[in-house]
Amino acid sequence: MEKFVRLTAIACPLPIANVDTDQIMPARYLKLPRSPELGRVLLNDLRRDADGNEKPDFPLNQPVWRDAKILVAGRNFGGGSSREAAVYALYEAGFRCVIAPSFGDIFAQNAVKNGFLAAVVAEADAAELGALIAADPDMPVTVDLEQQAITRGNRSFAFTIDPISRNQLLNGWDDVDLTESHRDHIAAFKAADRERRPWAQPALK
Amino acid sequence: MSNPQTLFDKLWSTHEIARREDGAALLWVDRHYVHEGSFLSFTQIQDRGRAVAEPELTFGIADHYVPTRARQRGIADPTIAAMVTTLEANAANNRISLFGLGDPRQGIVHVVGPEQGLTLPGLLVVCGDSHTSTHGAFGAYAFGIGASEVAHVLMTQTLWQKKPKRMRITVSGKTAAGIGAKDIALSVIAQIHADGARGHAVEFTGTAISALSMEGRMTLCNMSIEAGGRCGMVAPDAVTFSYLKDRPFAPKGAAFDRAVEAWSQLVSDRDATFDREVTLDGGAIAPVVTWGTTPDDASPIDSAVPDPARETDPVRAKYLRDALVYMGITPGQKLTDIAIDRIFIGSCTNSRIEDLRAAAAVLAGRKSKVPGLISPGSSIVKRQAEDEGLDRIFRDAGLEWVESGCSMCVGVNGDLVPPGERCASTTNRNFRGRQGQGSRTHLMSPAMVAAAAVCGHLADVRPLLAGREV
Repeated sequence: MEKFVRLTAIACPLPIANVDTDQIMPARYLKLPRSPELGRVLLNDLRRDADGNEKPDFPLNQPVWRDAKILVAGRNFGGGSSREAAVYALYEAGFRCVIAPSFGDIFAQNAVKNGFLAAVVAEADAAELGALIAADPDMPVTVDLEQQAITRGNRSFAFTIDPISRNQLLNGWDDVDLTESHRDHIAAFKAADRERRPWAQPALK
Repeated sequence: MSNPQTLFDKLWSTHEIARREDGAALLWVDRHYVHEGSFLSFTQIQDRGRAVAEPELTFGIADHYVPTRARQRGIADPTIAAMVTTLEANAANNRISLFGLGDPRQGIVHVVGPEQGLTLPGLLVVCGDSHTSTHGAFGAYAFGIGASEVAHVLMTQTLWQKKPKRMRITVSGKTAAGIGAKDIALSVIAQIHADGARGHAVEFTGTAISALSMEGRMTLCNMSIEAGGRCGMVAPDAVTFSYLKDRPFAPKGAAFDRAVEAWSQLVSDRDATFDREVTLDGGAIAPVVTWGTTPDDASPIDSAVPDPARETDPVRAKYLRDALVYMGITPGQKLTDIAIDRIFIGSCTNSRIEDLRAAAAVLAGRKSKVPGLISPGSSIVKRQAEDEGLDRIFRDAGLEWVESGCSMCVGVNGDLVPPGERCASTTNRNFRGRQGQGSRTHLMSPAMVAAAAVCGHLADVRPLLAGREV
């Protein structure tokens, strides 16, 4: 898995609360395999009108934020459906980090599995950071996972992330490889568990 | 003496295989459900050249993309047809049992799993679908996961997890006639908000919860994800055991009796402590509808659309203005003055036999003023409803009775609410565009959807039930 340690990039504000995964990745695109096409449909129905034309005032459509790698969003980003394609869409569109006051649990989990940082900041800090980048979009933002700090010019904000996700991102750990190292534990658990909970097996084959 | 434990603590420790220094635990997975959307995970395991570790613990179910009409004619859209056939191929190639499109047991994964006795108390149940929380109704630890985690389960039958915090939601007293589990769920969400249970395993308890049938408990636990919960659960009891007896995949005979003995231990100890406690008075719960674009925009039917001008928080005020524009409703408008264009009864939230009976009790002998679709939660529920004559009541009311699937809850099979149209729906999400681009969704119970159908606008079901048997 790709590591995430430190990122300096243009940050795009998206000051909307409850941007659920149906908004990030509308259901009608869920048939698509993982490909760059997913980046093009990111936030499609907020970003484009019914005829498919870009809404010029939507932040992601503004030239200054076309190359943004960081998104500064509102509370409860990525709630709702478990669709990991929401993370793929952000990733394919070039993003590597979302900063928000809170995230849907499943979205945050999916992000880590893709080397993507979901950084939690205080509500007031998200609003201040969003306002700063809106006022001067060209100034890059640095997100440092080791320090758990977001820096823009001489302004700095702390962010939180659970230690497990931080560890995995910093080390680029692959879950399956980690699990393999516990192969003996799993076999022992399985044997003991069948004795302990015989009813847990499906009765029909 | 060991420390008093919550139900969730007991479920967690039973499944813990190993724990890392940073606190992440490797957990054993007892049941894994896959559906058409799981194709990304099968691609991942193929790319790694890996096999499915425990194929007899994974079950495939075709639900998201299946047609609800004219099944014998096949699926016209080749991209939708490919979703169903890809699931069939992935199941066959990996020796996974499949409840496919033609199977008489086919239905929505969160209806079929319990109906077949695959979901049991004490199990750890996962699926690449956020509404997997439904299965917590049996006292299982059940949660939705993403495609990478689905692939991990397929390859190892385990998952790395961080232990969630524990929340107890107590609904005391007795709910009034005409109040369903959906009204309880929406009332909880309105109180704690759409992210109120974030990071928590929720246990529902109290007299109003114990009084619920398994169908009602499934509706409640299903909606715990709409409060942001990692999972929701109800401790198993006699209602649970009686539901499970003689289900095809549940233990039988003496093995069942021994299982019931073990399952009876799955309760929170008397002195167990929770990280957060929430209480509601069940007797105060009225029929609830949503008016906005998140499930916490929910209010009793006898109230009005909120006025953004009276909101002191500017962020909330802007949200409200945008939501009301999207929904096409005006500040201060009475909820019962909101006219609807169509109804939908179905989805993993409210499509079980009890839900259909509740809708039929209102619709019997009446006509719907709007068109609508009723999709039972499984093919078995469909046959049972037909045996009880419920399909006749729906058809006589002018509504369409179709096959089982996720249908108009997510619309990926083509069952969509047209742009700008307003739907009274028994589903779980009123997100923008959830039922189709530009669709406007009002969430409510099956009885309340039936009332909206009969009236042509959002309506209080209680007067319509006067003199009727419910």
